[in-house]
Amino acid sequence: MSSPETIRQRFAEIAEKAGTEKAAAAGRTVPKIHIGMATCGIASGALETKAAFEEAVAAQGLEAEIHPVGCIGHCYAEPWVIIDYPESGFPPIFYHEVTPGKAKMLTKLFLAEGDPRFEHVYGATVENEMIPSVTEFPRFNKEKRLVMEKCGKIDPERIEEYIAEGGYGGFAQALEGSPDAVIDTIEDARLRGRGGAGFPTGRKWRLAREAQGEEKVVICNADEGDPGAYMDRTLLESNPHQALEGLAICAYAVGAQKAVFYVRAEYPLAVKIITQAIEQAKEAGLLGEKILGSDFSLEVEVFQGSGAFVCGEETALIRSMEGHRGMPIHRPPYPSEKGLGGKPTVINNVKTLATVPPIIEKGADWFKSIGTENSPGTAIFSVVGDVNHPGLVEIPTGVTLRSLIFEVCGGIAKKKKFKAVQIGGPSGGCLPEEFLDTPIDFDSLIQAGAMMGSGGMVVMDEDTCVADVSRFFLDFTQKESCGKCTFCRIGTHHLLEILERITEGEGKEGDAEQLELLSREIVKGSLCGLGRTAPNPVLTSLQYFKEDYDAHIHEKRCPGMMCRPLIAFYIDLEKCARGCDACVGVCPVDAVFTTRTRKKGIDQELCVKCGECVVACPPEYDAVKKVSPPHLAPVIERPPETRTESKKESS
Amino acid sequence: MDETIQAQEAAILEDIGEQLKDYDQNRGSLIPILQMIQQRHQYLPPDSIRKVAEHMEIPSSEVYGVATFYNQFRFHPPGKNPIKVCLGTACHVRAADVILENFERKLGIKEGQTSDDREFSLERVACVGCCALAPVAVVGETIHGHMAPSKVEGLLMRIQIHKEMAEREKEKEKNEQS
Repeated sequence: MSSPETIRQRFAEIAEKAGTEKAAAAGRTVPKIHIGMATCGIASGALETKAAFEEAVAAQGLEAEIHPVGCIGHCYAEPWVIIDYPESGFPPIFYHEVTPGKAKMLTKLFLAEGDPRFEHVYGATVENEMIPSVTEFPRFNKEKRLVMEKCGKIDPERIEEYIAEGGYGGFAQALEGSPDAVIDTIEDARLRGRGGAGFPTGRKWRLAREAQGEEKVVICNADEGDPGAYMDRTLLESNPHQALEGLAICAYAVGAQKAVFYVRAEYPLAVKIITQAIEQAKEAGLLGEKILGSDFSLEVEVFQGSGAFVCGEETALIRSMEGHRGMPIHRPPYPSEKGLGGKPTVINNVKTLATVPPIIEKGADWFKSIGTENSPGTAIFSVVGDVNHPGLVEIPTGVTLRSLIFEVCGGIAKKKKFKAVQIGGPSGGCLPEEFLDTPIDFDSLIQAGAMMGSGGMVVMDEDTCVADVSRFFLDFTQKESCGKCTFCRIGTHHLLEILERITEGEGKEGDAEQLELLSREIVKGSLCGLGRTAPNPVLTSLQYFKEDYDAHIHEKRCPGMMCRPLIAFYIDLEKCARGCDACVGVCPVDAVFTTRTRKKGIDQELCVKCGECVVACPPEYDAVKKVSPPHLAPVIERPPETRTESKKESS
Repeated sequence: MDETIQAQEAAILEDIGEQLKDYDQNRGSLIPILQMIQQRHQYLPPDSIRKVAEHMEIPSSEVYGVATFYNQFRFHPPGKNPIKVCLGTACHVRAADVILENFERKLGIKEGQTSDDREFSLERVACVGCCALAPVAVVGETIHGHMAPSKVEGLLMRIQIHKEMAEREKEKEKNEQS
């Protein structure tokens, strides 16, 4: 028979074991080197950095503990390390862009000789009197981490570290009470689904709990499909247990015996880590039969999603798990009544589930004190594009876009001007400067024409073409449309055709109006969220950046200088230096030639407009210019012999 | 060459037959089966589709329909040096299409194809997840950030040089042995 006392006692035993280990680790005085080793870190060379540390530590005959951790979301700083060396007298120090060379240098000078090399320090991780701390940066103090709190602190491959940080406490607490109490708390906290649409999570759970059926299923949706968002993967790679704990709480609340992690197969590291996490939780007695001595049993398995954006839609996701094409079906019945195999099913996003454990532990009132009234809590964005500090950011809802872009992410790179921000990926919208003071929450963003969506955020500077970005998203949704609804299947195809025409300089009178009309019809005529939101990038950009479209259609000019058929490169002979060959070598198609005056010219017929010559031209000359429309480029005759010569060379 | 490829494909089919014994006929196993084949052999050979259909007792068109619906599955073998160019949002605004184009030009194949000697294959992918390094290309397992058209040439040249070095090593060994 289950009683709150046995559950509490059993969990206390587990927590104590993990706690002693942590205390023992803290008691050791050897320096600890934490390295971010999620996919993004590895991409930037964290493996080499780790190897360099290992080698250098061994070569110096030192003792140090190298601790692989997950990602902290500071992509601009990768590969980063935190060196915690209490004996040196310094606080833990955060170093960014640690190359193998830097790693060797730090081992020798800091670990062996006690000099932390101030010129390389990014900041101390805690406030202190010696080194400026990272908490003084807006990036660190504007953020509020609920979901990503433990990311980058713990080794994602060890459950003990999660438990030692207070993990699974929420689950144990939930088990002590009744399932209804859990749902009450979640409803009271007004938690809304973080997958994009913002449906109240508590209501979803309540519906499934009350649905008829012996067996019920809960699913964690980690099938991230947005081409510019990667937070779900980072969460699973950096702290898989928090989402797993949330999933277990959800299963307990709705009365499910089976839970599934639906993870993208293209994320091999995430699949590996979550599978391992499930095994470890089972071994620890936190999953499986009669968990912690209660009457609740839960089996968790991993299903690998095969990569289809439409599978973010609940019914499509279920169809794909049943071995069919992932095509949405009509609702109602909602999955919460009749889902996987006809059983009542709850599907929640990773971020939603990872928010659950802290709510259970600290209570609904605490959660409501964060962020805005109607969408309390935090929002995670992967901010990319032309900002100084791209990466994953978790902020309380209600922070304005301006604060997020200009304070937290360090403003626009290369001192350029802000043009637009695209929020919500392929389903979201493009907002201009006037909307920068919009607070970030579900309702305000929808009012402005964008949406939280998957949390992808692309910041664009003045050199970006909004029409081209719309074309990019349409190209994506058109390919990902499952083909069920005519308006989505053929409508997006036509939208894309028109946009391609516009960006190639073939736009016709009336194209802008056609785009708008067609977009509205697609919204009306589609069954699922994919089709209903696919025209959003077009609609919002037409609304706020009409002049961009007009320039493309009427003047054949691309204001952002991005649409390649509408631009040309030429070399300013006034500025070009005689005898300099910098641009010749980098041209992939031998389009740069030498004029009779030994200056350079660009063969417009051969030029593929890659822009390499702009980069190669030394800044003191700055002779390569970009113009739109292309006929503005002055014609420089190519001496006939140079062309044949270069052709001979290349063949 | 043809014969060796035929022999390879026959071996693949045999292996698939072995593996299929572990799966039931439940429709829910279809995608895991296809994933298993792709994981073991990097692609789904045409005959494997038929084999799976026989096992599941459903028409091959059904299996093919499911396999082509999802982005994960590929129907021709990848090259020895599979190249993936990221065309996610962040890479797109940093002109990733120019990078892809340059690979296409230098390799003489289009996106989604494998070169005749099966040395290279070229693919576009959506977001590798290191947007701060955009534009990004992945060669084999290695991610190359901050790509530029001139870097494409360098990368391919490096692969070529490594290949030649390996061949020379082999030859040297052969000579030493004999």
